[in-house]
Amino acid sequence: MKFGVVVFPGSNCDHDAWYAVSHNVGHQAEFLWHSDTDLKQSDCVILPGGFSYGDYLRCGAIAKFSPILGAVKKHAQAGGLVMGICNGFQILTESGLLPGALVRNRGLKFICAPVRLTAGTRNSPFTNAIPDGRQLTIPIAHGEGCYVAEQRVLDELEAEERIAFRYVDNPNGSLRDIAGVLNKERNVMGMMPHPERATEPLMGSSDGLLVFESLVRAFVPTK
Amino acid sequence: MSQITPEVVQAHQITPDEYERIVSILGREPNITELGIFSVMWSEHCSYKSSRVHLKKLPTRSKLVVQGPGENAGILEIGPDAEGRPWCIAFKIESHNHPSFIEPFQGAATGVGGILRDIFTMGARPLAVMDALRFGPLDDPETGLRNQRILEGVVGGIAHYGNCFGVPTVGGETTFEPSYAGNPLVNVFALGVFRKDQIFYGKAHGVGNPVIYVGSKTGRDGIHGATMASGEFTEESKQKRPNVQVGDPFMEKLLLEACLEAMHTGAIAGIQDMGAAGLTCSTCEMSSRAGTGIEIDLQHVPQRETGMTPYEIMLSESQERMLLVAHKGREHEVLEVFKKWGLDAKIIGTVTGDGMMRVKDHGKVVAEIPSRPLADEAPLYRRPYTKPLRTAPMEAPAFASSDLTGDLFTLASSEDLCSKEWIWRQYDYMVRTNTLEGPGGDAAVIRVKETGTSVAMSLDGNGRYCYLDPREGTKLLVAECCRNLACVGAEPVGATNNLNFGNPERPEIMAQIVEAIEGMAEACAVFETPITGGNVSLYNETLGEAVFPSPVMGIVGLMKTGAPAGIAFKEAGEDVFLIGGIGDADNVRMGGTQYAKQVLKRIWGLPPKLDMEFEKRVQQAVRAMVSSRAVTSAHDLSDGGLAWALAECSFGKEIGAEVELHSTLPPELLLYHEGPSRVIAASDQPEQVIALATQYGVPALRIGRTREGHLSIRNQGQTLIETSVAALKQQWATALEGKLHAGLHA
Repeated sequence: MKFGVVVFPGSNCDHDAWYAVSHNVGHQAEFLWHSDTDLKQSDCVILPGGFSYGDYLRCGAIAKFSPILGAVKKHAQAGGLVMGICNGFQILTESGLLPGALVRNRGLKFICAPVRLTAGTRNSPFTNAIPDGRQLTIPIAHGEGCYVAEQRVLDELEAEERIAFRYVDNPNGSLRDIAGVLNKERNVMGMMPHPERATEPLMGSSDGLLVFESLVRAFVPTK
Repeated sequence: MSQITPEVVQAHQITPDEYERIVSILGREPNITELGIFSVMWSEHCSYKSSRVHLKKLPTRSKLVVQGPGENAGILEIGPDAEGRPWCIAFKIESHNHPSFIEPFQGAATGVGGILRDIFTMGARPLAVMDALRFGPLDDPETGLRNQRILEGVVGGIAHYGNCFGVPTVGGETTFEPSYAGNPLVNVFALGVFRKDQIFYGKAHGVGNPVIYVGSKTGRDGIHGATMASGEFTEESKQKRPNVQVGDPFMEKLLLEACLEAMHTGAIAGIQDMGAAGLTCSTCEMSSRAGTGIEIDLQHVPQRETGMTPYEIMLSESQERMLLVAHKGREHEVLEVFKKWGLDAKIIGTVTGDGMMRVKDHGKVVAEIPSRPLADEAPLYRRPYTKPLRTAPMEAPAFASSDLTGDLFTLASSEDLCSKEWIWRQYDYMVRTNTLEGPGGDAAVIRVKETGTSVAMSLDGNGRYCYLDPREGTKLLVAECCRNLACVGAEPVGATNNLNFGNPERPEIMAQIVEAIEGMAEACAVFETPITGGNVSLYNETLGEAVFPSPVMGIVGLMKTGAPAGIAFKEAGEDVFLIGGIGDADNVRMGGTQYAKQVLKRIWGLPPKLDMEFEKRVQQAVRAMVSSRAVTSAHDLSDGGLAWALAECSFGKEIGAEVELHSTLPPELLLYHEGPSRVIAASDQPEQVIALATQYGVPALRIGRTREGHLSIRNQGQTLIETSVAALKQQWATALEGKLHAGLHA
């Protein structure tokens, strides 16, 4: 399986995602440059963490206009897998691929800490390998990770089992403890925690591997 | 052009003697631009004119040192990768004390930015940052609120810059003394990693090579930052706010990626960041080091504002700028890379062979100064010194505690010893997934993925010890740094220092500087940690009151990559050892301890006594125990002594210990003296611990067993301390936030 990791100016978890996929998950990973429109036949596109374009204006607000995002949208519309992590999640909500928005943490401070998560559904390409009831320990590192959406949207997410991850102890004030959500078609997922930072024992947790293993398990080669 | 009068010369903090020297170097009177250039290059901050003769006493070499002092950062070799290619680390510490007082957020942020550029200008990718911070007390009735504001600003600035740039802030230390209320200290350490064949130097090689300016446009910010950092604070200092630069970590991140990519093209001959004294410093230092000259024309310098004079352009300290020299004919390769990253890159001049730094403005020469005398021949001062300043009494007061457990709670809630998690959880300490031991341990550890080696780093200072005895205090902190490294299993290999002192023109302050440097030299020789670079920050005084003499050491060590043992007790029922024994203590040597400060609210006497040879053996033994996994945790004794070290070991998993001692020391001394050369370790293989201790000739006292949720210390059958771990931890964990937000509810 081939993963494409988008590099925006200001991405800083791009290398971590690349390292996790190529060294710890054992699949192919390649960098995709923000001003290109070629996804290099990636099966799954990762929008990594960081501060794309400096995150001036609003997190992710400028990245949505980048050429590569046009290609990512087409890929998603065709059913291709897209995962946004942290800043990548912010970009996905800004660009309308996922509902809701991410605003400043409840305490108004950046928080870096391992947090506990549960999967809100196993019915997705990002969560199918996570055993029932299993708590995952995966780090967060963000200043604007408080997930908000209209009540109607939240109800819909819950009814359609599109909450991919929930915090066990909500660190940032996210509504309904939401840490990650899926789109309607379930092929696009965004999450604030960093699964790529939990992919080997030396990182303190390997639980993030379950997210990548889910992707590998769900992936059906088409070509 | 302005007239050069004695008043103008004085306003540039140039003495009449220095002015004479400038005239003799130039063979004529300088113009105002040249005077400005000399004033920044010969400022204390850039020239080390008061400390240089003493800095020469420091050891700087070992077989691992690739680059010692004098470059942007020191470099050590750390071992080969799988293909046998040698890898290196570059590291250095820098202060940003003065700007952080005037504007805490930007002052600290640009401090981080400056040291990161020092690292990547050498070709290394920054992979770790640590900070040593000193503030005034948070609950002081007069200065408390301001001290709180400064702390919040500084922490916010460090977080903002480091997090956005994408470098993990992996540790540091924060302590408080009244002497820092008017002059906080912000010392930032950074470390980067790269292959030995990828090192770049700040040298303008090759006559005819183009000189290229890259990064942010030049503005009027930060003019005379270096001279500001070389003066004392007065009431007027706050008017210097425009002297503080504004940082843009996003720009710096682009600059990092673009510089590393441009370096890999092979088209770059030399590169240096524009830090203190900006364009002035980078042009004259690069040409001086290479024995060449540089000619630039300011009309090509990208400018943020219109109407800037040559004086302003040359002295601007706008951030996120680099100067590089490309190989002639290959400049387009360099320009191409910067274009890709959306950065300004302009050819502004050429390397010449005449040894001159020649600055033109639209073709007209506005400054012409020989590079080498400007960069390297700043006046050296052998400033007179007497006895180090101290007013504390030698004699110990009488003291006897009625509640030793209560005293432990007092320590737990003190600013110095309480948990600093409120600070470090604002820092991304894991980005790049190399952090094996982050904030809160004895030393931070990052792995180098390519070599299977890990780098451990410890940052330490102790103003109280150094105030009581600068020489012994400095030796103690070198020893402590190395002991911290031993506790994670690393072998110390090199050091960087930041010397924070008051006004060196006062003989009693100069004496502190000399004594501290000599103590450092002696200790660094014993512990085999050559100094590969550092920083001197003098004039840390406000309204005539100097900070405590505050040398800060950053010492790095090497180890095989593996999960560190950590300081926390892991399991109940393991044996608890005190490696190094109970140690020496008397009332006079209690005067610099946390017990004296927090419980007795006094300072007196002398710092603890150090036997460096014994210390070294203890460290060797501990390193052997940790790396052979004979112990499951290790934590050095320092601030707060034995009782506090046991408390800290207990917090992680809420596993405490039942300890039984057999000592004739008075209980206050036994529990709280800060004698060095001691480590607490837990073990499930006690025979191995004893065997290793015996091998190195150090005592390993088996003082008790770990116990779930409970900490008790008895001596000769008498209970001294008894508490639940949870209660003590609660106090420790919440104290800092409580103090920071107390003002809001008052």
